[in-house]
Amino acid sequence: MFLTDEEKRILDGAEGAGKQKAMEMLYALGVTFDAEKLIPIKRAHVALSGQEGDTYWCELLVAGGATCAVPPTTNPYWDTDYLTKFYDVTKEELDLANRTGEAYRKIGAILTYHCAPGVCSNVPFYGEHIAFSESSATPYVNGALGARSNRESSISALAAAVVGKTPYYGYHLDENRHGDILIEVDADLKEPYDWGMLGHCIGEIAGSQNPVLVFKNKILPSQEDFLYFGAEAATSGAVAMYHMVGITPEAPTLEAAFGGKKVPSSTALITNKTLKDQESKLTAATGDINLVMLGCPHYTYKQILEVERLFAGRKVHPNTAFWILAESGAVELAERSRVRQKLELLGVRMVGNTCIDEPCWKSFEGDLGVTDSPKCAYYRERRGQPFAIRRLSDCVEAAIKGRLD
Amino acid sequence: MSEDMKVYKCRKIVKGIGCGEAIVSTDAMCFYLTDPETGTVIERNHAIHGKSIANKVLVLKSGKGSSVVQVDGFYQLWVKNNLPAAIILVDTEPVIVSSAVMVGCTMVDKMDTDPYEAIEDGDYVEVDADKGEIRVRKKK
Repeated sequence: MFLTDEEKRILDGAEGAGKQKAMEMLYALGVTFDAEKLIPIKRAHVALSGQEGDTYWCELLVAGGATCAVPPTTNPYWDTDYLTKFYDVTKEELDLANRTGEAYRKIGAILTYHCAPGVCSNVPFYGEHIAFSESSATPYVNGALGARSNRESSISALAAAVVGKTPYYGYHLDENRHGDILIEVDADLKEPYDWGMLGHCIGEIAGSQNPVLVFKNKILPSQEDFLYFGAEAATSGAVAMYHMVGITPEAPTLEAAFGGKKVPSSTALITNKTLKDQESKLTAATGDINLVMLGCPHYTYKQILEVERLFAGRKVHPNTAFWILAESGAVELAERSRVRQKLELLGVRMVGNTCIDEPCWKSFEGDLGVTDSPKCAYYRERRGQPFAIRRLSDCVEAAIKGRLD
Repeated sequence: MSEDMKVYKCRKIVKGIGCGEAIVSTDAMCFYLTDPETGTVIERNHAIHGKSIANKVLVLKSGKGSSVVQVDGFYQLWVKNNLPAAIILVDTEPVIVSSAVMVGCTMVDKMDTDPYEAIEDGDYVEVDADKGEIRVRKKK
């Protein structure tokens, strides 16, 4: 891989040990994936997690004097000030959370604590070269917006932010952005939940390939639809780029989606039955519930309003907690419009800057929870809480009854 | 090097030399789903579920999982000294590469033969990333 004299100096440590570490990371990736050179990035997003491995890397770069050439926005860990009022964590868990915030503050990150940057907190333009980690953010910026990011780890995205560059390979190149497989969709997609189920099916079929979707009926997905679709396609598979013909910017036509290559025959047809079968496979659990958890990926203000509409003034069952994890701006808007206060009187709480996969939620472990997100269920189950997956309206009804039938 | 070893070429991803008993995974792995205390794979229905990768030479299909948990998986094994001695990758992807770079886990790919043919569980394998060499002694 070609390096400029300045890049070589960084690799040799002339600009400090932190920047050198970051450059070593980019260099290793560039060589591995046969990148011809490094290119400047316009934006970065780091999937900060509050997990030790990730925090260790940020602290290592900070200790070596690194700051960010392109300040990245960040994923959430959890709102320690607010949630410790409700839930106990150990001193070690709180210390790790505080260390994480401190390290990212020192490296100069933009502390948005939002896992869907492409929706509002860090929106790239069409064609921009960027380094976005967070498995659900990458398909959104590549597929829905037409920006150019590889599937970055949190640590490679931070390295790119520090140096301000990324190796020129993969989805940065035109020829790698074209579709690999064709999938036809003839199904009713009414709300983000349906798009999540579609994404879950597509991820299983596509793996890490780039799927091209053709819809039988004319359809215009919302931000939330794109978000849920990509999040699930990156959970059941490793989809980082997709096309929807006539909808996403690099797929005005079927031919364009495949970049002039021969259009392959269809790999699969997704129908209402396919989605229903996928749902049955994922959502079997029933019984008493102790938690409804929404917001993986983070809820938008529009989704908070939808929760209010569905509750229609009814109250959450006393044995059930109801949490909405939202983008902090959406929480602020809900506060300003008094929606938050109205919902709190019904037993619905909301918090910004917080992820579902954090130690603050452990008091619910052992009993059944309900969510509208298969991704949430997947990660929470690993931590010891089984989750049923239902569409939002069913989550609300379950919360009111305190059980799922 | 003893005479009963076969020598193959490979490509260095992360420098170093690692040797030990081979463990072969035909499935991709998320290192978050290993027990850091023992290096045992805890993911249900995984090709090497219940087996330890600690200090062995791991022949691995690929990496999988979200963009942060893989990093933490490597980190937790690293601090407990339970990382594989070396990893021979079949399909290379960025998240597993960056995780290995962070903790300095010796990693190679592009073995000049099918790794699944050349290496079985229990063989003794030396990976010399710096020389771009893999040496295999078949188990008796």
